[in-house]
Amino acid sequence: MTEPIPTPVKPPFWNDPQVRAIVFQAIALVATVAFGLYIFDNTQANLRRLGIASGFGFLSSPSGFDIIQSLIPYSATSSYGRVFWVALLNTLLVSALGVVLATLLGFVIGVARLSRNWLISRLALAYIETFRNIPLLLQIFFWYFAVLRAMPAPRQSLSLGETVFLNIRGLYLPAPEIQTGFGWVLAAFGIAAVLTTLLARWARRRQRATGQQFPILSVALALLLGLPLLTFWLAGSPLAWQVPELQGFNFRGGWVIIPEMASLLLALTIYTATFIAEIVRAGIQAVSHGQTEASLSLGLTSSLTLRLIILPQALRVIIPPLTNQYLNLTKNSSLAAAIGYPDLVSAFAGTVLNQTGQAIECIAITMAVYLTISLLISLMMNWYNRRVALVER
Amino acid sequence: MAESRVPHSNLPPPASTVGVVGWLRRNLFSSPLNVILTLLAVYLLFVALPPLLRWAFLDASWDGDNRDACRPGGACWVFIRVHFDQFMYGFYPDGQRWRVNAAVLLLILGAAPLFVRAVSSKFKIRLGLGLLIAYPLIAFILLKGGMTGLPVVDTSQWGGLLLTLVIAGVGMTAALPLGVLLALGRRSRLPAIQTLCVTFIELWRGVPLITVLFMSSVMLPLFLPAGMNFDKLLRALIGVTLFQAAYMAEVVRGGLQAIPKGQFEAAAALGLGYWKTMGLIVLPQALKLVIPGIVNTFIALFKDTSLVLIIGLFDLMNIVHNATTNPAWLGFSTEGYIFAAVVYWLFCFGMSRYSQNLEKHLHTGHKR
Repeated sequence: MTEPIPTPVKPPFWNDPQVRAIVFQAIALVATVAFGLYIFDNTQANLRRLGIASGFGFLSSPSGFDIIQSLIPYSATSSYGRVFWVALLNTLLVSALGVVLATLLGFVIGVARLSRNWLISRLALAYIETFRNIPLLLQIFFWYFAVLRAMPAPRQSLSLGETVFLNIRGLYLPAPEIQTGFGWVLAAFGIAAVLTTLLARWARRRQRATGQQFPILSVALALLLGLPLLTFWLAGSPLAWQVPELQGFNFRGGWVIIPEMASLLLALTIYTATFIAEIVRAGIQAVSHGQTEASLSLGLTSSLTLRLIILPQALRVIIPPLTNQYLNLTKNSSLAAAIGYPDLVSAFAGTVLNQTGQAIECIAITMAVYLTISLLISLMMNWYNRRVALVER
Repeated sequence: MAESRVPHSNLPPPASTVGVVGWLRRNLFSSPLNVILTLLAVYLLFVALPPLLRWAFLDASWDGDNRDACRPGGACWVFIRVHFDQFMYGFYPDGQRWRVNAAVLLLILGAAPLFVRAVSSKFKIRLGLGLLIAYPLIAFILLKGGMTGLPVVDTSQWGGLLLTLVIAGVGMTAALPLGVLLALGRRSRLPAIQTLCVTFIELWRGVPLITVLFMSSVMLPLFLPAGMNFDKLLRALIGVTLFQAAYMAEVVRGGLQAIPKGQFEAAAALGLGYWKTMGLIVLPQALKLVIPGIVNTFIALFKDTSLVLIIGLFDLMNIVHNATTNPAWLGFSTEGYIFAAVVYWLFCFGMSRYSQNLEKHLHTGHKR
């Protein structure tokens, strides 16, 4: 006998997954919108009560304060909008320098960590474990208050060959001064760059066709360095060095790196390099040893093995977390606010906000800038990552 | 008859490949480059270490109660000794500091069984959950006072390591569950929930913590109805927690993505609903996979507590900084910062070592 198949009973509507899904989402949306409206309402009421006019009109009124470091012309009569650009450029400057220096130091330490030399790898490990576990802010404070602010006054500056000076006002470096004829050197460099590109293309094509290799690296270096140097010499060395000189109580001339920037840069570099070193180590270790052995048994030299086999594969592992570190460094540069380096948070979200009281606008602009930088860097790195990613069949 | 051959007895390895000499040759002097590097490193250590040790230990001053007790040329640890209580408790009233000690002792005693291997895991889970719910309440009553006849100590008087630990502790216990929920939301099939979670996570991850703290101190008063105000500490706690929850969510998402689809399907075939699937099948596996990431986030959170200095809370970092600017003790900032660095270092390094230990213990053979 066959039993009749029971017709499935439809569950009550509150147990129906589809109904539930819609209800949950509706609740979440309504709650979010209600929360947003509540905050908006409160803010409106508070602004009216405090008599703050919202809007971005304040950006064109004069700021009335000085900024200790500015890449573009700025004075106390400049507008708040100008302050924004000065502050943004300062943030970008310290981030860009930090990224370059931290990458260099991080790669060196990461490779040292893998060295077969016991002492070197232990020293690298000690460096990583020490600086990784100390808050960045503490490191910035240490370099700023305990080291750079404890430097002697300008008259008793520490000096290096009477050209580089270090004192409580900062690090003074000789500045290059461009004289007539320097344009030729730049032009020569441009020509060398174009020639190198063409040469590289030709060399690659010839290698594909005939298998003959061309020493492209040394020739390119010779071109890129030799041609401008030759022009430099022919044009009569059109570059002078302006050495900082002690006049009265301070140094004049040359480049000065203010202590705020120096300590921020130092701390950012040392701190981020520890993370980059670990990333580099993991990336190199991710390439299996068989790859090296296979490459050597094919007759490639060890430098070619490193360049053609190990590095491309290691970079694939290294790039994504490295991007994250670059982003972290950029965001961490906002700690500048604690020592008064005029970056976006310190000068714009700090001083301008305090002067104008336009809290919402200032914080919104600042956050928008950081969000944009984050998105841009991650877009760029995603693009690069797609290019080097493993294409599996 | 064939000549019989007797194999020579095994020779000992060459003297240059074993023992101290062998180790040195292998690890320090294996190639010309390594010889140079080794000599360079030894020279650097020789130049840097002795003066450092002399400054920090041999020439240092340890005893005394004012700055005259400090000899020039060496570290002045008297500065730390004099300020030690302040560094630990902040401005917590002198007579009430036993309450802080009691709270810490209670936590250590309560949590100790969790770290003993012999205790059954069922008991550990019960104890852990109990602690999670009861301890914050007890600690709050003990530290803040007011109810049980203890005098009230306002949160503005909390400081030093106590405040750092409070922020880190609350941040960690709140950020982990919040991060798990956000990660589940991000992986959810409901488009509205997913969009909300993605927006939340990316927004917080895209901005520096310092702007979040700024926001919580200047914008929160605008967001709330007139007259209603939050404690400064609570504002910092909210900022730090939400910020780290976004990072935690991404870590947990990594773990969720690593769980094969078969696990979800098997759970569904067994008739488990969403929460049971997640709670019993997926999350235990996913969280175990990402222990290193979770601890990394915890360590980052611990280090980030130092940022509350920006909004004027006196955590360990700020109280040390404050002491170094005291006119009676000018010139000892190096000692102060080194002390703070050692304290932070001990906590962070301890956490990372514990996570490595835990990972080894929980590792059930799935690792490739």
